[in-house]
Amino acid sequence: MSNLSNINLKIWRQDGPDSQGRFETHQIPEISDEASFLEMLDILNERLIEEGKEAVVFDHDCREGICGTCSLMIDGQAHGPQRGTATCQLHMRQFDSGAEIVIEPWRASAFPIIKDLMVDRSPFDRIVEAGGYITAPTGGAPDANLIPIPKPVADASMDAAACIGCGACVAACPNGAASLFTGAKISHLNLLPQGQAERYKRTEAMVEEMDSHFGSCTNHGECEAACPKEISIDNIATMNADYARSKFKNRKALSR
Amino acid sequence: MVNPSNKRKFKILVVGTGLAGASAAASFGELGYEVEAFTFHDSPRRAHSIAAQGGINAAKNYQGDGDSVHRLFYDTVKGGDFRAREANVHRLAEVSVKIIDQMVAQGVPFAREYGGLLANRSFGGAQVSRTFYARGQTGQQLLIGAYQQLARQIGLGNVKLWNRIELVDVVTVDDKCAGIVTRDLMNGEVQSHAGHAVVLATGGYGNAFYLSTNAMACNVTAAWRAHRRGAAFANPSYTQIHPTCIPQADDFQSKLTLMSESLRNDGRIWVPKDADETRPVAQIPEDERDYYLERIYPSFGNLAPRDVSSRAAKRAVDAGQGVGPLKNGVYLDFAESINRLGLDTIVERYSNLFEMYERITGEDPRESPMRIYPASHYTMGGLWVDYELQTTIPGLFCIGEANFSDHGANRLGASALMQGLSDGYFVLPYTIAPYLSDLLNKPIPETTHEAFVTAEKEARDRFQGYLDIGGTKGPDHFHRELGRIIWDYCGMDRSQIGLEKALAEIPALHAEFKKDLRVTGSGSSLNQTLEKAARVDDFFELGILMCQDALTREESCGGHFRSEHQTDDGEALRNDDDFAHVTAWEWSGNPSEPIEHREKLEYEVVHFATRSYK
Repeated sequence: MSNLSNINLKIWRQDGPDSQGRFETHQIPEISDEASFLEMLDILNERLIEEGKEAVVFDHDCREGICGTCSLMIDGQAHGPQRGTATCQLHMRQFDSGAEIVIEPWRASAFPIIKDLMVDRSPFDRIVEAGGYITAPTGGAPDANLIPIPKPVADASMDAAACIGCGACVAACPNGAASLFTGAKISHLNLLPQGQAERYKRTEAMVEEMDSHFGSCTNHGECEAACPKEISIDNIATMNADYARSKFKNRKALSR
Repeated sequence: MVNPSNKRKFKILVVGTGLAGASAAASFGELGYEVEAFTFHDSPRRAHSIAAQGGINAAKNYQGDGDSVHRLFYDTVKGGDFRAREANVHRLAEVSVKIIDQMVAQGVPFAREYGGLLANRSFGGAQVSRTFYARGQTGQQLLIGAYQQLARQIGLGNVKLWNRIELVDVVTVDDKCAGIVTRDLMNGEVQSHAGHAVVLATGGYGNAFYLSTNAMACNVTAAWRAHRRGAAFANPSYTQIHPTCIPQADDFQSKLTLMSESLRNDGRIWVPKDADETRPVAQIPEDERDYYLERIYPSFGNLAPRDVSSRAAKRAVDAGQGVGPLKNGVYLDFAESINRLGLDTIVERYSNLFEMYERITGEDPRESPMRIYPASHYTMGGLWVDYELQTTIPGLFCIGEANFSDHGANRLGASALMQGLSDGYFVLPYTIAPYLSDLLNKPIPETTHEAFVTAEKEARDRFQGYLDIGGTKGPDHFHRELGRIIWDYCGMDRSQIGLEKALAEIPALHAEFKKDLRVTGSGSSLNQTLEKAARVDDFFELGILMCQDALTREESCGGHFRSEHQTDDGEALRNDDDFAHVTAWEWSGNPSEPIEHREKLEYEVVHFATRSYK
């Protein structure tokens, strides 16, 4: 346990969605390397309030890397420098004394800024509402062990389902595409036997909803590198394959 | 019952979209009710149910190890130290099996054996393997399952979702719940919503302790505002301290992180026998280690229930045997399991937990033992509800962690997810009908009713009030101080002297809060400082009630340990003659003078016994 000193923060401030934004600089004279990145912002905010200034707005909640609420571009990287780590799990031991750290909100036209570092990610919800579910109303489910699922299949589904919906993939993508998020959701459900009935209907609806909000994927792979859950871009391939198939499978199903 | 074609005539407002709220809102939508769901998050998927790690219990007996509905029921009542309502718990155990079926059908990728069937693990307080899990992310997978069902209903137009909006008051007209008043977090707009029934699924109040494993935004406001409008608050002193959390590293720590109790399946808990031990952990020989849980509780060992394990850890640390730089933890050691099962097996079971631990502490649990210490985690107390999950305000229902009903004085691991989904999917959608059926074709008060208008004005004035104080300290400062008082005097070990001290200190600090709070920014744009101030304000009044309840309950039971009531070897001493009841507190208008009511607990099947895990 040791202390870092003289951290310089360059933080994006913006009063509202339509206001002009600006960078503000703040100094953290001393901080323990055991502190998390967000605790450093807490300390800054408490100081700002005591000085009569408005606290920096940022999204955060569980601080365990699972709820997906936190965001932040830190030195131009979504969720900062540590691989496979959400901002809330990033600790100051990843930084050096005297560092200048630039903190910005997610950058994507589909995620408009609400205030300071907080953005609106609700297009993700629209994608799930379009088809990211299995229709299984409460009450009618058969016994759980009636549907055996090979372990590798369950594991692959779980790998995709680990997505926390934070939006880092979109923020890191030069096109602002949401293919990793959508692909992960589609893989999670399309891999499972329970997900087969709606497989192609789901894929078509979700992809088209996605396309109405986000940019297109051109296989940069930045999304996988930025993902705090290290979700694989293989899921994008699964999505694309199922989307292509959906175009004739759905038509065939309709013609019956 | 309500006829299917009449269901659309009823509007139900569901506040909170965690496991309980999302599953209830989705089920209401499927049934045909008009539903509005409210969350203060940006999306329902952010609710703190998502952080539950270990698993969900169900009496499936898939392992053929003798599990049954009766055994799960009995374990839960016993685990709750005989302070839960028998009928509710039995219903929970019955419904548990349907939850697993439902969640699998929805696509929750539970862990499986190679043959394709579902895998189970064991959990504290049980001698069977009945816990279903999805790696260490069971809560996440279940919440996403429930969220998907809710999203489907939103997409179909059956449920209207209000996000980034917070409940600030509950409105009653003619002693019935008529709706709620909310505040839009984006622009501070205060608005009323009227409905036939209101469901609170707003979670627990563990953040009263400031440091807890709860998410930062978890708060008591919805339940507390309902309490102030007449809903009784039951057993507020029943709070659960989870034995396996990462110890506090320094003073400005904002929250504590849980390491799933499932780790205790393969980890052994120990401290050095010598309080002055200075050798590195690997060099401490086997016979100089105290595996205290295995020693004191041989039959349950490292899987002793949470309250028992937590107190044992506290005793070890208080005796100076603590480990780590601040000597504030105990070891959770995987070396023996790694030797027996191989590193790969252990890593597969717990990889995400190991990684999380390493990110936070900078230490690798594959090489050296984890350091853990108890922390506030879950609250068994909550709004009092009857068997139909209705509070003392007709038309106001409460589900999930926010109510008090199923866990008694201590909740067993992997039972919170079970209760949330049980209430939301399988109980409330049916038990709400009798209340609604009486209201068929009768007009309900609209939001122009005087009661709504008055409540809106009170809420606006209250929020403006925080801005107008113009003191010197932000809300976090007061929350931290309040949490310290509650943790010191109403935490793992409580005494009359301590509680009386807390009851003097909390109102004094609250008075200072009202004089010296500083909230910067304005009330008409997004203001997280203002949101926090209102939540801390409610924690003050709740803190007083927690201490009052702990002081009144002159016994030790479950998570409530009174140092005056213990056996010679330091175990909890229950008093079934005088305290086998639920204490339900009524708001009197003065936070320091709540009115006590008692609901006697009648057991027809269960027999009182001293819990022994030895």
